[in-house]
Amino acid sequence: MTIAQPASSFDADDTAPLLRATDVSRFYGDRVGCAGVTFDLWPGEVLGVVGESGSGKSTLLRCLAGLDPPTGGRIVFEVPAGPVDIYSLSEQDRRRLMRTAWGIVHQNPRDGLRMDITAGGNVGERLMDRGDRHYGRIRAAASDWLGRVEIDPARIDDRPRDFSGGMQQRLQIARVLVSEPRLVFMDEPTGGLDVSVQAKLLDLLRVLVRDLGLAAVIVTHDLAVARLLTDRLMVMKDGAVIESGLTDQVLDDPQAAYTQLLTSAVLTV
Amino acid sequence: MSFAGSTSSEVDYNYAYLDEQTKRMIRRALLKAIAIPGYQVPFGSREMPLARGWGTGGIQITAAIIGPTDTLKVIDQGADDTTNAVSIRRFFERTAQVATTEVTSDATIIQTRHRIPEEPLTARHILVYQVPQPEPLRKLEPSERETRNMHAWAEYGLMHVRLYESIARFGQVTTTYDYPVHVNGRHVMAPSPIPKFDNPKMHNADALQLFGAGREKRIYAIPPHTTVKSLDFDDHPFTVQTWDKPCGLCGATDSYLDEVIIDDAGGNLFVCSDSHHCETRRASGHRGTMLGEAVGAKLAGDTAQGGRST
Repeated sequence: MTIAQPASSFDADDTAPLLRATDVSRFYGDRVGCAGVTFDLWPGEVLGVVGESGSGKSTLLRCLAGLDPPTGGRIVFEVPAGPVDIYSLSEQDRRRLMRTAWGIVHQNPRDGLRMDITAGGNVGERLMDRGDRHYGRIRAAASDWLGRVEIDPARIDDRPRDFSGGMQQRLQIARVLVSEPRLVFMDEPTGGLDVSVQAKLLDLLRVLVRDLGLAAVIVTHDLAVARLLTDRLMVMKDGAVIESGLTDQVLDDPQAAYTQLLTSAVLTV
Repeated sequence: MSFAGSTSSEVDYNYAYLDEQTKRMIRRALLKAIAIPGYQVPFGSREMPLARGWGTGGIQITAAIIGPTDTLKVIDQGADDTTNAVSIRRFFERTAQVATTEVTSDATIIQTRHRIPEEPLTARHILVYQVPQPEPLRKLEPSERETRNMHAWAEYGLMHVRLYESIARFGQVTTTYDYPVHVNGRHVMAPSPIPKFDNPKMHNADALQLFGAGREKRIYAIPPHTTVKSLDFDDHPFTVQTWDKPCGLCGATDSYLDEVIIDDAGGNLFVCSDSHHCETRRASGHRGTMLGEAVGAKLAGDTAQGGRST
């Protein structure tokens, strides 16, 4: 299997946004999950979504990733054939898209991994999903990807439940990236990890995202993660986007009162 | 409603035990199953006078398709003379007044648990399998809702993950029975716990193959001349079991052999699991190395009348 070259993500029409969300809303009965979110994501761009707990970050991500249909609004994804509204597709086509064109890294590796299947099987599953039927090549690709996320390839036949939390998270990333998606959704990718492991994971993510030219939507409540990884930032509060712009601009010169509060609440040691 | 030919002790039962509405329901499910090879059709499984797990799915299918002119053969792990086979055969003798046989070529319906007869089946045969677990994905995905979606969308990557795991751990696919197959290029299907040795016999078979799972309430089918491909990898192709020794009784080298421990000093005997096949071969003069001088007596000739020694 070949590894995506940085340029490959830009092969498709580079002049069109990869993902275009228009007025996306999700209500849980009377409660607002997220409301009126509109943005464009361009190929190779990393968008951060920050906000406190309950501000609608994860709800928005689930809508974008095709897991949960929004109550209103449109989510249009650019495929080689042209832009498609992902919720106008049949569930079958949407699932195919979810397996090939994008990937989801969950906060809890248990949600994204099969804990009783070996590391190699976990990474290889997406290849087998798309129809690869050559054991040797699947295994070689799995081994290669374990190396790239800094897991010793000798552990290819160990199960994730024997891995540390940081390794599980890296394995989850390998499992998502092996099928060469153009877009990755990450929900709190560093949540639940200690600070030194977080730093290592962030470093790895930054390298991978830059090397592969991936577009990514990263949901986090950690502004340090946002600063390090993202190009652009959206700040959410009570389900609505209250501020957006270039990451450095938003963090260094916050305009909304809430964003000012958020940036000043960061602990410095 | 009773069958005209039934004797006085059986008039309390409808022909072939099940009532006509139930048989219609099962036949409808069968037609759907045949129309969509490998697709699991839900049906209203009935209580039978036999515990679930003893072949109630197969019995209900047999009851729905059997008629007075049929000849029934029942095998259990290849043998005609085990408890399960004997009691199911007797059940249909009493409730459907059909002739029974142990001779594969004489039968029109063969109800089977865990084997396909060695003798090639023809268009006159209908093979009815007893199935404990109809869902090939169940061990990998516990949710019925999810497995139905996976079948509907033909998302079978997970099945190969199972094969991958086996090769990664043991160097080969260690599944030796109930080996998953891809039917008609569409549905992945559990062939019931037949040894994988029998899988190739399902491919492009002349006989109609019906599968009934009584406890799980599912019917599925493989119509004649349908492609049945055992799942594998390009670089780890599907293979069947082989044995170093021939059958100890009849000397067959091409049949599925059971190992029988014969003493407590490690002595063993490999013997055909298909008892009728083995007896037929012995009757026509084939002798294995383990067949003593006196043992040749119980031969196929005894069983050709369709009776048991009771």
